[in-house]
Amino acid sequence: MSTFPYFPHTEEDIRQMLDRIGVKSLDDLYADVPADFLYKGEYDLPDAKSEHEVRALFEALAAKNTKQTVFAGAGSYDHYTPAIVPYLLSRSEFLTAYTPYQCEISQGTLRYIFEYQSMICTLTGLDVSNASMYDGPTAAAEAMRMMVACAKKKNTVLVSASLLPQVKDVVRTYAKYYGTTLKEIPVVDGQTSFLSMKELLEQGDVAGAIIPSVNRFGIVENLSGFAAELHLSGALLALYCDPSALGVLKTPAELDADIAVGDGQSLGIPMSFGGPSVGFMACRKEHMRKLPGRIVGQTVDADGKRAFVLTLQAREQHIRREKATSNICSNESLMALFVTIYLSVMGPQGLREVNEKCYSGSHYLYNELLKTGKFEAVFPDKPFLKEFVLKPLVDLDALRRRLQEAGFFAALPTEEGYASFCVTEKRSKEEIDALVAIVKEG
Amino acid sequence: MKYYDRLIFELSKKGRTAYTLPESGCPAESIPAGLQRAQAPGLPEVSEVDVARHYTNLSQMNFGVDTGFYPLGSCTMKYNPKINEEIAAMPAFQGLHPLQDESTVQGALEVYYEMDKALASITGMKHFTLNPCAGAHGELTGLMIMRSYHMHRGDLARTKVIVPDSAHGTNPASAAVCGLEIVEVKSGANGLVDVESLKPLLGPDIAGIMMTNPNTLGLFEKDIKEIAALVHECGGLLYYDGANMNPLLGMVRPGDMGFDIMHLNLHKTFSTPHGGGGPGSGPVGVAERLVEFLPVPRVEKLEDGSFHVVRNCETSAGQVSAFMGNFGVILRAYAYILMLGKQHIKMAGKLATLSANYIKECLKDAYKLPIESVCKHEFVFDGLIDDGSSTGKPGATTLDVAKRLLDYGFHAPTIYFPLLFHQALMIEPTETESKETLDLFIEVMHEIAREAAEDPDILHGAPHLTPISRPDETTAARNPILKFE
Repeated sequence: MSTFPYFPHTEEDIRQMLDRIGVKSLDDLYADVPADFLYKGEYDLPDAKSEHEVRALFEALAAKNTKQTVFAGAGSYDHYTPAIVPYLLSRSEFLTAYTPYQCEISQGTLRYIFEYQSMICTLTGLDVSNASMYDGPTAAAEAMRMMVACAKKKNTVLVSASLLPQVKDVVRTYAKYYGTTLKEIPVVDGQTSFLSMKELLEQGDVAGAIIPSVNRFGIVENLSGFAAELHLSGALLALYCDPSALGVLKTPAELDADIAVGDGQSLGIPMSFGGPSVGFMACRKEHMRKLPGRIVGQTVDADGKRAFVLTLQAREQHIRREKATSNICSNESLMALFVTIYLSVMGPQGLREVNEKCYSGSHYLYNELLKTGKFEAVFPDKPFLKEFVLKPLVDLDALRRRLQEAGFFAALPTEEGYASFCVTEKRSKEEIDALVAIVKEG
Repeated sequence: MKYYDRLIFELSKKGRTAYTLPESGCPAESIPAGLQRAQAPGLPEVSEVDVARHYTNLSQMNFGVDTGFYPLGSCTMKYNPKINEEIAAMPAFQGLHPLQDESTVQGALEVYYEMDKALASITGMKHFTLNPCAGAHGELTGLMIMRSYHMHRGDLARTKVIVPDSAHGTNPASAAVCGLEIVEVKSGANGLVDVESLKPLLGPDIAGIMMTNPNTLGLFEKDIKEIAALVHECGGLLYYDGANMNPLLGMVRPGDMGFDIMHLNLHKTFSTPHGGGGPGSGPVGVAERLVEFLPVPRVEKLEDGSFHVVRNCETSAGQVSAFMGNFGVILRAYAYILMLGKQHIKMAGKLATLSANYIKECLKDAYKLPIESVCKHEFVFDGLIDDGSSTGKPGATTLDVAKRLLDYGFHAPTIYFPLLFHQALMIEPTETESKETLDLFIEVMHEIAREAAEDPDILHGAPHLTPISRPDETTAARNPILKFE
């Protein structure tokens, strides 16, 4: 067996170090461990491998996956990744750095987090963003806890039934253990019901509501009056947003939301089977000190030079322990850099064009699918951007399997049995036509 | 490192672009005006060259493991192998949608299955969930499992969790997010959990205890067997905080010590890069009787050898992340485990422990060692033996030592943690550093101690050679500027 490339110790090094410590063997360093805890068995692991063998093994694993042309979303979107983003992300000064606790040698990280926060603020229109959360669903769960903390004595949070299932599931999990009462606002005609929300508010104890700006049917919800109604009851509005769509859609600030959360994956992050992604979270200034996670602020150094530091740390676990606003420590810093570089590359015009292309492509597919006679419209008068649902008039499972065999991941079933489709700027007319042709065949 | 003072917004010029997008060929349709925001977002308008130079310049103000030695206690800053990056970037993995049909993602599911098996063998647990996205997320998930177990048995009075005073800050914070009340147990003079102090805390209201072993002083909790017996006897469960797993790699398994639930930090013990604060991954392992409470979705192997995703399970603690965690990080860690294999794993923990003890022995003549004992992967000094206050000037603190280290090209150790000592300086070298690197670090630490004794002002003003000097953190917190305007 060859030596291990990441252990630099020679036999002589080990001998000299043991001598300096004053013990005879490496095992002597474990003399304080009760003997019956020292593991004597063989680990159920494969034999150590060379790089070449490891690469071959993963190539074999990769060959067991089937490449699909993605025509579905549901929380993970196949947007284009500009080449420069992963290239810059691979710089080891970013990749192999720790959390920027030593600010004097972490100005690179601190500056890009400041830029990231600024971009999240301009996308959402809100005042303050944190340095990132794990993903969209956990950011929504943190919004739930934050609204309860802001409300002080109220303990109920309203959750729209039009949120993505994984968002509802994660919020439900956090609520169960944190002890928050959740009440679901039903969907009427593909949209969060204003009247039902009003009724739930009348029952009292509501700290806030989590509602999507673009929902799980792909519909851009009409949320006028929602925030005002919540605020009348002293409750907050947390809007669950697709940050890519915020390049064109009304901002959470314009909808008078207090908190915005969502998943940054739609900003060009590879789907990568669901992770890593990045959650974002922003709020109005008055709730700044209740925001979870790290925040970077601008200041000056001792010589008056502009400098960036982690700030408002009295909210965080390493200072406040159980009284912290959250337990979050490691977040998704490198993915926040991903988003920052992506948004720098796209700029306001590029992000607009992405949305326009998604809009044109998805509407083309929508119309073509209706023409096949295999689907009918569910929400004909509701606006959508890149994702939509149709009611299948044929066996959905069989259709989905046929599409899959032809290399398409599409027609994802919703809990109501609708078929969900998504078209990003990566999908060409040829691909759309090919998909429609398969649908027609059956 | 040179100082570079630009923000991407300051490079912006109206009309400049860095993107290209394909022509779809679909008929153009306009987004209804009524849906749209009043103003375009204030994103920068720059060229690709601007982007490349700006972020390259930013990176050059950063210190990473590839830059130099990172003796950061409790963070396990080991080397991040490059093959891991290549594997995680493979298009056949990056291009997978998380909700694709099982039959089209068998390779990815096999990684989950094999990783679960490998981690179970390394730790002595029965099964792992790979869904938590970071260590603290793993802690929270583990505590949810703990509560689910008690709730399932109808044992609803167990609402308190015991946390040692030396625990990582995330432990009590995670417990609070999980709706548990925290009961602190004191450490004894030897730095270990004091069994006699623990006993009166145990009762029918205790859900469990969170421990890390070795603890944050780098000391092995030798009474763990007795502690496990006591906690189990009172009906509680033992949670193992895997942040300190590195010295046990290949030597000791938490499952064998009586722990029922644990998390691992793949970005510590299993060599994946920290990325400036994530993405990490915090898999949670459990003993056999807790498997039914693991979060969904979970991967299982069917009789025909294929892999299946379990999405619903009545007893499950619930869903904790969007899909199945940070797959890209899991791929990297699995690549590392394959390189390590059953042969090299046996040396990993031992060499980490060797390096820590070596530094400790070489430096204890200049830095106060509060507890004289063999350590594991890390140890804690309580400041300088001679802080220079005999010169009439204010003495040099742990913060000063940390900042002076930056001038010499090293990252600082973890400081002012654990909270047991006022001048805590926590050093963890890991197994991937050579004796030459350790010797240079030791020499520099001695030099800094000499500087402190002779003229502590050299340290007060440090760092002198970094892109910025010490920042004004008070103003930053008092008048927060949190975005570009």
